[in-house]
Amino acid sequence: MSIEVKSELNHSVSQVLNKPKESQIKNALAILLSNKAAMIGAMIIIFYLLIALFAPLLAPYDPYAINLDNKFIPPSADHWMGTDDKGRDILSRLLYGSRLSMGVGFAAVAFGALFGIMCGLIAGYYGKWVDSIIMRVMDILLAFPGILLALAIIAALGPSLINVTIAVGAFSVPLFARIVRGSTLEVKKLEYIDAVRSLGANDFVIIFKHILPNILSPIIIQGTLRLATAILSAAGLSFLGLGAQPPSPEWGTMLSSGRDFLFSAPYIALFPGLAISILVLGFNIFGDGLRDALDPRMKN
Amino acid sequence: MKSIAERKVLLQVNNIKQHFTVKNDALFKPKTVVKAVDGISFELYEGETLSIVGESGCGKSTTGRAILRLDEPSAGEIYFGGENLLTVKKKDMRKLRGDLQVIFQDPFASLNPRQKVKQILNEAMATQKSVVKEKRPERMKELLEYVGLPLESLERYPHEFSGGQRQRIGIARALAVHPKLIICDEAVSALDVSIQAQILNLLKQLQRQFNLTFLFISHDLSVVRHVSDRVMVMYLGKIVEIADKKSLFDKPMHPYTHALLSSIPVPDPTIKHERIILKGDVPSPINPPKGCRFHTRCPFATDLCQETEPELRELEKGHFVSCHMVEKI
Repeated sequence: MSIEVKSELNHSVSQVLNKPKESQIKNALAILLSNKAAMIGAMIIIFYLLIALFAPLLAPYDPYAINLDNKFIPPSADHWMGTDDKGRDILSRLLYGSRLSMGVGFAAVAFGALFGIMCGLIAGYYGKWVDSIIMRVMDILLAFPGILLALAIIAALGPSLINVTIAVGAFSVPLFARIVRGSTLEVKKLEYIDAVRSLGANDFVIIFKHILPNILSPIIIQGTLRLATAILSAAGLSFLGLGAQPPSPEWGTMLSSGRDFLFSAPYIALFPGLAISILVLGFNIFGDGLRDALDPRMKN
Repeated sequence: MKSIAERKVLLQVNNIKQHFTVKNDALFKPKTVVKAVDGISFELYEGETLSIVGESGCGKSTTGRAILRLDEPSAGEIYFGGENLLTVKKKDMRKLRGDLQVIFQDPFASLNPRQKVKQILNEAMATQKSVVKEKRPERMKELLEYVGLPLESLERYPHEFSGGQRQRIGIARALAVHPKLIICDEAVSALDVSIQAQILNLLKQLQRQFNLTFLFISHDLSVVRHVSDRVMVMYLGKIVEIADKKSLFDKPMHPYTHALLSSIPVPDPTIKHERIILKGDVPSPINPPKGCRFHTRCPFATDLCQETEPELRELEKGHFVSCHMVEKI
């Protein structure tokens, strides 16, 4: 009797795991579309992406043009967000800066995801000492507070936007590795992996053709949520003077240069700050919605 | 069926052991070892169906997985076509895998949900290079015909099929590489009874057609009775009895086999049916009992059984039993 109970149990577990692919996607899309918060998040993200794409067409002024006669103009009809201490139009700078800030975010997450997925797949699939070594290294990376780790990396590599990307990416690696390892362990046990193994498929084929496509949902969810953190961290590092250097309209840098005039001209820091907050909020609520839609088990 | 002497041995298993080390958190305590399969030997003849029965955790599936080298056995030899599967190199093993295929229990977990049937079959043939690329579409049609699925199935995903149909896809995948031996690991346990019968008949028909040898792992005695030529009963990682189906079902010798067979329900209320209820639970394979592993639950156990492990003895032609007390029962 106990055997039958067990097999029924396995049955339902794998049914959940192997929910039909197409209906699963349709289902997820329906949940996502009916989630108001997620849709607002999506709209924010799309809005920012369009801005980044069309920045040169939208910007009313040259973001780098210094005009000392026009400095510290409060928001007005000519300069909707005012001008900064060197007379540059803040709106134009924000529009151009979206390319830098979001670009760094995307690049950092892509970098972190690439290495994290690799490490997670290898650790999860091979297990044993390979797993122990890789995951202990990941634990070490995780043991540092993210910003501190980034500071250390930048201290070693020198301040620049590319190094910020590497630094922010580096502390995303262990997060991706953990999630991918967990999912790999789960999928690896399924019988179709044994079936392709008994057909004589090599590890490379099994990992990339049979495991990776079946663990994409948690990776996508993690990626979206990480984008918010990555953009925030990159702006934070630039604010500290470790990333983009002054004339560049990166939002963190703009925030940093507005800091000196917080009382006399608060709008210089206000708008870049708002731009960062709203974008991060957008990614966060969209990521949450995506998680609810793609992977109901991950709730809470 | 030919007599035993004439038949050719396809697979010879010599004393394989599969011991799993259980993770132990304590640093200085000795590691716990689960002896899932503890030294079993048997032969499989070409064209026959040998069933392995036993309750959950007795090592049936572990034996199957060890033969396929899905888990490396801890010790022993497995000869297949004259070669010891456990010593061939990984690369050569990949080629040999075409001869040994497997059909799994759970039709919902045994197919990659992201591959169409076409891709599943194509991959099998490509991995084993069993069919050249140009002939594969033709071969796929053939395979679907063998297993009784419509041609349109090729373009569909596994979730569009029922459990029984998925099992047929699994069988087609196994056949795609021209195997000699197919291990059916609880291949029909997850299916409805009516579907079970269909799949079993299909397997039998394919066996005749392609001269396949089956190692049929199951806990369901009525299924075993239906498909097998010979039956092997396992208990706690050991073989307790191997015999022809007829001889085993009609004249079981080991007390455990007796108890097992008495659990088959009889569909006739007028027949008085004596059910042997074993006392206690199956002991843990971590620390199996000394002597005969069954002595803790055996109604006939003596001091000898507690001390000395019984050998597998041939009491009648082709009927092997491992029990000290058989003659006295």
